[in-house]
Amino acid sequence: MQAIVSKTLLFSCVDGPGNRMVLFLQGCNFSCPTCHNPHTKRRCNDCGLCIPVCAPKALSLVEGKIAFDASLCTNCDDCLRICPISANPMVSLMDVGQVLALTRQNLPFLTGITLSGGEATAQLKFSVALFTAIKEARDLAHLTCFVDTNGHLGPVGWDKLLPVTDGVMLDIKAFDEGQHIYLTGRGNDKSLASAELLAASGKLYELRLLMIPGKTDTRRELEALVALVKRLGAHTRVKLNAFHNHGVRGPASAWETMTKDRLEQIATTLRAAGLSQVITPVVWL
Amino acid sequence: MPDQLEMLRRITDDPSLSSAQKARALSLAAENMLPYPALDAETAKALDARVICDMFEGHAPYKPRYVLPDYAVVLTKGSDWLELPVPQDLDEALNTLMIAYHHVPSVTGMPVYIGKLDDLLLPFCTGVSDDDIYRKIKLFWRYIDRVLPDAFLHANIGPTDNRVARTILRVDAELKQIAPNLTLLYDPATSGDALLSQATGNIVECSKPHVANHPLHAATFDARGYGIVSCYNALPIAGGASTLTRINLKEVALRARDTRHFFTEVLPHYADLAFRLMRARIDYLFNHSGFFDSFLVTEGWIERDRFTAMYGIFAMAEAVDVLQAKAGQTGRYGHDAAANALGHRISRALSDLVQAQPMENVWRGRAMLHAQAGLSTDTGLTPGVRIPYGTEPDPVAHVQALAPHHAYYPSGISEILTLDETIKANPLAVFQLCKGALASGFREFTANVASNDLVRVTGYMIRLSDVAKHNAQKGSRTNTTGLGAEAAAKTAILQHQPRVMGQEFVAGHRQ
Repeated sequence: MQAIVSKTLLFSCVDGPGNRMVLFLQGCNFSCPTCHNPHTKRRCNDCGLCIPVCAPKALSLVEGKIAFDASLCTNCDDCLRICPISANPMVSLMDVGQVLALTRQNLPFLTGITLSGGEATAQLKFSVALFTAIKEARDLAHLTCFVDTNGHLGPVGWDKLLPVTDGVMLDIKAFDEGQHIYLTGRGNDKSLASAELLAASGKLYELRLLMIPGKTDTRRELEALVALVKRLGAHTRVKLNAFHNHGVRGPASAWETMTKDRLEQIATTLRAAGLSQVITPVVWL
Repeated sequence: MPDQLEMLRRITDDPSLSSAQKARALSLAAENMLPYPALDAETAKALDARVICDMFEGHAPYKPRYVLPDYAVVLTKGSDWLELPVPQDLDEALNTLMIAYHHVPSVTGMPVYIGKLDDLLLPFCTGVSDDDIYRKIKLFWRYIDRVLPDAFLHANIGPTDNRVARTILRVDAELKQIAPNLTLLYDPATSGDALLSQATGNIVECSKPHVANHPLHAATFDARGYGIVSCYNALPIAGGASTLTRINLKEVALRARDTRHFFTEVLPHYADLAFRLMRARIDYLFNHSGFFDSFLVTEGWIERDRFTAMYGIFAMAEAVDVLQAKAGQTGRYGHDAAANALGHRISRALSDLVQAQPMENVWRGRAMLHAQAGLSTDTGLTPGVRIPYGTEPDPVAHVQALAPHHAYYPSGISEILTLDETIKANPLAVFQLCKGALASGFREFTANVASNDLVRVTGYMIRLSDVAKHNAQKGSRTNTTGLGAEAAAKTAILQHQPRVMGQEFVAGHRQ
């Protein structure tokens, strides 16, 4: 079984506890106008539009399929900018054995491994197979396995993934159903149910909220957040991310950026309402 | 002579120097009016061209470059020369050390080593409360920074986990002083995760301590032990280093026709000239200066035969890139496997040259290879075997590219891993990176938390400079008033306080 991987990192300190190897899996079931990695949304349809813009000729069509030669790539990302469907022609296919080999090469540096995206749970079979293999390997079993997800996965899916998962970072895009559909193209019932299910299983490492001025920082949204966290446990880690329009394509690039003052104000409000672990960004854009 | 007098006059009249700094500058100027230790013409020429370099140690080496006294001697026997009785309690022990430091010379005029403080002080801590230890060490730390303000001055702690080591880490994170510099000797078998975790937490706070790979160093030295001093130099305790000379590998590479010529002729030639320079300086120190008649020797703080000679090299990155270009190869040092392997081969060749060269008046009869961490005048030249600043790969790839060098540099080698500020929210990542680096063969782990231009915020990398440009365009309608002050503030911030760069962008936001 293979995963479609957009990018692999050997060092990440922002994808869970400690240093984590991160696999960004290609493809997402949401369509967020605020996405900062829009090139991870869709899967390549081999249209070939990116081939002429690839100056070092790292891309070509072989028997109707895109072929990518990483050794020629200069990381200019011109292919991502030309892609009409928010896909990535530079993805690689990796099977579980290849990921385990990469993990072993870097083992002393790693606290664990995190699957992100795109949407990691959209490649559920691979995710389950990889984490199972890590837990079963004597030399790797100490690594923690984390998932960064939008929570659009039902209880049957979680039943398969959670037994081999140590922690989940769950994004809640909005509490108001209409706002959620506007921000993702889908309803939020699955994501909210995932929050409850993950908290009940003890695997909810962190809730992540993207604060967008006038959209997700309204009084009603924050009240709904407080109510959810109180149901899950007031000690739940709540990570506030600040929306920034840099790197965003389409209409959201004109949306207002979240300021540090406003975000600190939100954090103060949440703490005053009884949330004990509200985390704000270290670096400001 | 008038020229020299004028130079002395410039020092005495310099309004930017304190009187103590003037006295020091005058003494250096006077030393350098003496003739240099006799060198043959070829060596003198290479020194003039700075292909080999004496670190501007001075013309008359009347003291070793680095002195590492065994302070346990004065703490257990007192000192006749200094009329010091044997200290009986923690206050007396600290007082004795504070006096002792003033009698330890080095190239900087201040001691570079103030001891393995937990080993030295623990015998005096029986029955002393944690709170008393904390208060006394805090005063001791303040004294060191204010009276001996030199970042080369180095304290060591570890490898055991103990009350003094813990308290020193606590005080160091609280005070965030320049001096003393601090190294934790870490042994994965005995130090324990809790102590390392406190140390890596400190790194996030103040980019100190450095973490030394104790098992590797311990195997290099003997039972008397070693200390880490100055810029990550590992040297014998009760001894030190007479001198440090270094070879500019880039200049050597430029003088080679190709890689083969470099290895067979040019590198051995300049390596030989560096040995000659070293011998001339060591001869003066041992046979003319009278240094070893001092009470430090007669009372046993140091021993004449425990001084090594540090055989330094730098600009490995530039040397490899020069040789790669001569071979028509484009792979760059730090990023390309073949370029990295060429670098490792140069280190091995240097190590072989040093091992093959008998040296008189040098500990164990051989110099020790050293990856020299640079002088402020080294424009365009990268310290030691480091990857040029600003072009480093991710920290894991960075460590893996350089780890094979570390086996060849017993008297010290260091890489600085620059970590962006997002790490402040996750000190466990520093802990893990440190463990990985030491397990990979790093002799020394040093991390610097600073504002990198390239930052990964959540799932994505961004360049802060891109965002700044972006913000400036969006804000151009309204940001005219504060621009002058903003630019001034920014310049000052970037020069002096890299850690608050993130906040500076927020100032831009507010306009």
